[in-house]
Amino acid sequence: MDFLALQTPALLQGLAVTLLLGLVSFVLGSGLGTLIALARISTFLPLRLAAIAYVSVFRGTPLLIQIMLVYFGLPQLGVRIPPIPAAILTFTLYSAAYLSENFRGGILAVDKGQWEAANSMGMTYQRILARIIFPQAIRTALPAIGNRFIALMKDTSLASVITVVELTRVAESAGSSSFRYIEAFVIAAIGYWLINTALSLGQAALERRMGRAYA
Amino acid sequence: MAIEVRDVNKSFGTTPVLRDVSIDVESGSLTALLGPSGGGKSTLLRVIAGLEQPDTGTVMISGVDATRLSPQRRNVGFVFQHYAAFKHLSVFRNVAFGLEIRKRPKDEIRKRVMELLELVHLEKMADRYPSQLSGGQRQRMALARALAVEPEVLLLDEPFGALDAQVRKELRTWLRRLHDEVHVTTVFVTHDQEEAIEVADTIVVLANGAVEQVGSPAEVYDNPANPFVMRFLGPVTEIGGSLVRPHDIEISTTPTEGATEATVSRIVRLGFEVRVELEIAGQEAWVQVTRGFAERLALQPGDTVNVRPNPGSRSLALSAV
Repeated sequence: MDFLALQTPALLQGLAVTLLLGLVSFVLGSGLGTLIALARISTFLPLRLAAIAYVSVFRGTPLLIQIMLVYFGLPQLGVRIPPIPAAILTFTLYSAAYLSENFRGGILAVDKGQWEAANSMGMTYQRILARIIFPQAIRTALPAIGNRFIALMKDTSLASVITVVELTRVAESAGSSSFRYIEAFVIAAIGYWLINTALSLGQAALERRMGRAYA
Repeated sequence: MAIEVRDVNKSFGTTPVLRDVSIDVESGSLTALLGPSGGGKSTLLRVIAGLEQPDTGTVMISGVDATRLSPQRRNVGFVFQHYAAFKHLSVFRNVAFGLEIRKRPKDEIRKRVMELLELVHLEKMADRYPSQLSGGQRQRMALARALAVEPEVLLLDEPFGALDAQVRKELRTWLRRLHDEVHVTTVFVTHDQEEAIEVADTIVVLANGAVEQVGSPAEVYDNPANPFVMRFLGPVTEIGGSLVRPHDIEISTTPTEGATEATVSRIVRLGFEVRVELEIAGQEAWVQVTRGFAERLALQPGDTVNVRPNPGSRSLALSAV
C-alpha cells in the first residue's frame, strides 16, 4: 500500500501523458490518413504513387526505429524536436499509414451509384465526400479504425525510449526505485487496459448509433 | 426541344455502344428509350445526364450546349435502377438534400419536401431510413429526391427493373399519372415493350447502339420500320414469308381468297385468349383468337384451316431483309 500511495501521483500523470499521446496522434493521424486515402484513390497518378510509397514505408518499418530516427536522428540534420512533439509526430505519421488503408476501404465500399446520384443533384466533389461518402465510409471502416486506435494506445509505450514520461516510463522508474516491478508493471497494464476498454465500449456504442439506419 | 442529341458516338474500349445517335425530346413529353440489353439505351441516358462523355456529337438541354457540362451543372434529375438512396439519411433528408445544398430557407425546404413526399405517397415515411422501405417505396423516394431540385429534365434508368411484377405495374401507371400532374420532360429507359407502350408518349427503339425507330407507341407497334422493331414491340409469327402479329390473322375453316392452308397442331387456352398453333408447310406459326371465336370454330388438333393476314393489317415481308 505504501507503494501505491507513493507512486499514485506519478502514475496518474503518466496515464495523462499516455492519453494525450494517443488521442492527439489519433486525431492528427485520422486527418492525415484521410488525405492519404484520397490521394490513393485519386485519378492523378503521381499523387497515387506518392500515397502508395508513404503507406509502404510507414507500414513496412518498425515504429521503434521511426521514433528513434525522429528523436535521435533528426538532430544530426539540425532538426531538434522535444520528446513529446517528436512522439506525437511519429505516432501520427505511423497511424496515418494504417488509417488511410482503413478509410480507403470504407470509401471504395460505398456504392458508385451514391457518387452518381449526388453528382446529378448538383453537389461538388468536396460536398459529396463530406456529406454522402464519408458518413457511409466511416461506418464500414469503424471496426478497423477502432482496432487501430487501441493498437496506437499501446504503441505509445514506445515513447518511453525517447524520455517521454508516460505510463510505461513511470512504471519502469517506479519499479527500479522500489524493486517492486510486478506491482509497477501490473498497475501500468491495468491503466492501458482501462483506457482500451473504454475505447472498445465507445466504439460499440458508435457502431450501434451508426447502424441505426441499416436495421 | 428539351433535349437534342446530335450524332453521338461512344465506345467502351473498342466496343461501340452508341453509333451516330440523334434524338429530339419534346418539352413536357414522356419518352421511353426501348431496346434489348446491351443496346446502348442506358449509355444514351447517362450521356444526356453527363455521367458519361460522348466521344463525338453534342447534347443540348433546353437550347444550351451541355456536352461538356458536368452533371452538376445540367439541372437534370436522375433516378437509378438500384435507387442509390443515401442510406445514412432519413427519407426526409434524402429528399431535402438537393434543396439544402442550394441553401434554401428551412421553412421552404420543409414545405417543399412534404409536398413531394405527398406526391409520391410517402408522407408518413418521412422519418424512416431507406432500409426500412420496400423497393417500390425506395424508388418513389428516389423520384421525389430527383424532382426536389426542379430539374429541367427527369431521367430514369430502368426505374422499375429491380421491382417485382406486381409493384412494377402499379408504379408504371403511377409514373404516367405523376407525369400528367408535374409535366417535367421525362426520359426513361426500359427493355420492357409493354412498359414503354403503356407509359410513354414517344418511344425511341435502340438496338446495337443505333436508333431503329422513333414514334408514338401506336406508330412503332402498328408501323414498325423493320422486322427487328416489329419483333421487339410485340408478338409476331410468320405466314407466307411475312411477319404478322398473331392477332392480325384471319383463320377460317372454309377456303378464303389469298389464304394459306395450315394444320392445327395444338390449342392453348390462356384465359380469355386462345393460342392456336399451326403448321404451314413444315413451318410453325400461331394465331391468337378470342375464346368465343375458338369455340365457334370448334378446332381440334389435326384440323386443316385457312389463314391469311387481316386485310388492312401491317405485315412485313421478310425477303426484304
